[in-house]
Amino acid sequence: MTNCPECGGALELSAEVMAHEIIDCTACGAELEVTSIKPLTLALAPDEEEDWGE
Amino acid sequence: MKKVRIGLLYSRVRAEEKMLIQAIKQHGGVTLELLCTNDLVLDFGDLPDVDVVLDREISQSRALHVLNMLERSGVKAVNSYDTARIGGDKVLTSQQLAKAGVPTPRIKVAFSRKSALSAVEELGYPAILKPVDGSWGRLMAKIENRTAAEAILEHKSHLGSHYHSVFYIQEFVDKPDRDIRAFVIGGTTVAAAYRSADHWLTNAALGAKTYPCPITPELDALCTKACRAVGGDAIAVDLMETGNGLTVHEVNCAMEFKASMKAVQTDLPALLIEHCVRVGKEKESGGIHE
Amino acid sequence: MSNDRLGMLFSRIRVEEKLLIEAAHQRGVDLTLVDSRDIVFDLDSRFDFDVLLERDVSHAHALYALSLFENTGVQTINSYRVALTCGDKVATSKALRDAGVPTPDVKVAFTRESALAAIEEMGYPIVLKPVTGSWGRLLAKINDRDAAEAVLEHKDHLGSYYHKIFYIQEYLNKPGRDIRAFVIGDEVACAVYRSSDHWITNTSRGAQATNCPLTNEVRDVSLRAAQAVGGGVLAVDLIESDRGLLAHEVNYTVEFRNSIAPTGVDIPNRILDYALEVGRHAVA
Repeated sequence: MTNCPECGGALELSAEVMAHEIIDCTACGAELEVTSIKPLTLALAPDEEEDWGE
Repeated sequence: MKKVRIGLLYSRVRAEEKMLIQAIKQHGGVTLELLCTNDLVLDFGDLPDVDVVLDREISQSRALHVLNMLERSGVKAVNSYDTARIGGDKVLTSQQLAKAGVPTPRIKVAFSRKSALSAVEELGYPAILKPVDGSWGRLMAKIENRTAAEAILEHKSHLGSHYHSVFYIQEFVDKPDRDIRAFVIGGTTVAAAYRSADHWLTNAALGAKTYPCPITPELDALCTKACRAVGGDAIAVDLMETGNGLTVHEVNCAMEFKASMKAVQTDLPALLIEHCVRVGKEKESGGIHE
Repeated sequence: MSNDRLGMLFSRIRVEEKLLIEAAHQRGVDLTLVDSRDIVFDLDSRFDFDVLLERDVSHAHALYALSLFENTGVQTINSYRVALTCGDKVATSKALRDAGVPTPDVKVAFTRESALAAIEEMGYPIVLKPVTGSWGRLLAKINDRDAAEAVLEHKDHLGSYYHKIFYIQEYLNKPGRDIRAFVIGDEVACAVYRSSDHWITNTSRGAQATNCPLTNEVRDVSLRAAQAVGGGVLAVDLIESDRGLLAHEVNYTVEFRNSIAPTGVDIPNRILDYALEVGRHAVA
């Protein structure tokens, strides 16, 4: 259990959450990245870079 | 039986990566090594030791550098450095498709605003301007007339990366409000979905809706040919329906499939992992026996 | 009588381009000048020459132009593959190592944090270089952690994604100079020492060029380096280290204006000789 860094809303993360996983805040919709597992830390996901894609 | 060691190359864990990791865990014959480029420090003398690398890296430039270096240690990559390089570059893709006889929209390439404007006028309006190294519909412009051409070209010339001064101009194809995304894995078209939108851009990243597309023999033949044209094993091929049949406008090497899987029943992650295992076993036995 | 039709792609006419044009004119070579700012390619483009000498200052333009020319059947000097390899330091290092050419140790990282860890592991000082780039631009010699943190942070903010590929090279104590060897085809034409008080020894940054004798070692390492990246008309940069000559970079749109006088070698004509030979083999 943790909080969204953007809106502060409570977020329940699965036990299998991984570092660098992208999740959306269910409350405010912000795109978040799990920057570390121990300790569990969330941050706003970085902006799209120009060389990102498929 | 020796397990195939798959290195998953990534920096962001999206739904696709979670599904692939799940598929790996469910496959009895695979061990997983996570190769996260946020932490990876590459040294030619000490490269990751895996059988197969599955490229799921969202950054094309990171992926290319890693894949290039890893070739040195004999690791097989899905897809290979050359395929990722070609698939990630619109000019190279257009060339390879055309050489292989795959129908693909006409293009022109120029290096200055002035010559790009001539090129647009030669192709005729509307024309599409695309970055040579873009994805997700990013920075694509549909140019309807000269005034728009001048404005867009001027703005492009002020963008940071040098590659914005390589102007890739494609003819506009009148498609029926949708395009097709087909998935080719290991030489077969395994799934296909229509992507439809009110906008001329039909990328899932931009909110297009997906629904199933039947895999006709024509579609399969064209997609597998396109895949071979770029040397790929696991490619998402993007096509448009024109008055003269299907045309391939793009290929994608680190395929995204979350949106398409809402429409198709195929277990793409499992097929992708199965393909990686085949590649790993072929490497073990010293090559492909056909 | 052979066809001898050459094209030359340029963006600016510098001293090098003038010398090449003059040499072609004196020899009666049919030379077509192609201005990269005017040309428009499509997949069916055709040209009236068999060989193209690429002299574009912009790496991005050169790369795409080479691919497009090759696609139409024109032989390019240098080839697209060579430009691709030489234009990226990681690709160059890999090619040199694959061929067993002595080259400095290198680490590659993709984030500031992992780059800092790699730097600390290598030990100060180290050199941070952009993966693409020329003329000594944006090279940083990093002597300590504070400098590492500052430079890495600045690189992170430079805007283009290629500045976020961190290429970290061992620092080599060179004797106030390095060597640039001109390799044309299978021959090492000449070499110069580039001397400077500063550790960056590009002549565009003011280094002085003097003749460097073609010892067996200079010939051997520079030829192997040129072949490792695919061969053509190349300038191989070598450092004299305590473990012998190391090739650290290969340049594919060679600048030679400061190297003709000190070496006495007519570099423009040697380049033309090579281009014409390539053309004759292509046609044959």
